[in-house]
Amino acid sequence: MKVTIKKEDYEKILGHARKERPDEACGLIGGIDRDDGVREIKKVYLLTNMDHTSEHFSLDPAEQLKAVKDMRSEGLKPLGNWHSHPESPSRSSKEDIRLAFDSRASYLILSLMDDDNPVLNSFHVENGISSKEELEIV
Amino acid sequence: MRITVSGENKEVKDGITISELIEQENVETPEYVSVSVNEEFEQRANFDTKQLKEGDVVEFLYFMGGGR
Repeated sequence: MKVTIKKEDYEKILGHARKERPDEACGLIGGIDRDDGVREIKKVYLLTNMDHTSEHFSLDPAEQLKAVKDMRSEGLKPLGNWHSHPESPSRSSKEDIRLAFDSRASYLILSLMDDDNPVLNSFHVENGISSKEELEIV
Repeated sequence: MRITVSGENKEVKDGITISELIEQENVETPEYVSVSVNEEFEQRANFDTKQLKEGDVVEFLYFMGGGR
C-alpha cells in the first residue's frame, strides 16, 4: 500500500518529536483510503506518551477517543499511529511488532537518530511480521 | 435497530451486547480493544451484559504502544 502525508503534517510530527526528546513522542493519523489504493493521511494528531520515557510509548485512550471523534466529524477514519525513535532507526522494534494489534493500521516511525536527517517510514504489521509501506511526503 | 459502529451506520439485532458486536464485527485481538459507547468507555467486565440501544455510537479503540 502507498501512504501519503502532507509536508506540513510531517513537519508537525517532526517538531513535536524534537520537542518531546528524550522521550518518545506519539500520536494518531487520520485520513481516507482512496479508491486507487492510496492511503491519504489528511490529519495528524499529537498525543501524550503516557509512558514518558525514551524507550516506550503508550497512547492515552481518552485522547485517542477525542481524536477519533474529531476524525469522524471531518469525515476521516483512523488510519493508524505514529511514534518517534529518538535514538534508534526508523524500523519496527520487537516491542512495536508485539504491540501492533490492528493489521489494518499503518504504523509510522520517525527516527531522530541523525537529527540532521530524520527518517520517516510507514509499516504494516500482521502475524508478527512488519513490512515497509511506500510512503510519500507530498 | 440501527447503531453507529466505527463511523458506519449498521443494522443489528435488538439488545445486542458489546461482546456479540465484537464477534459480529470480527474485531481483531479484542482483548486489546477498548470500547466506547456514546463517548464513554465501557468496563470490560460488562461487555457480556451491556446491551446497546437504538442510536448508540460505538468505537473500538486499539491499545497503541511500542518501544524502541
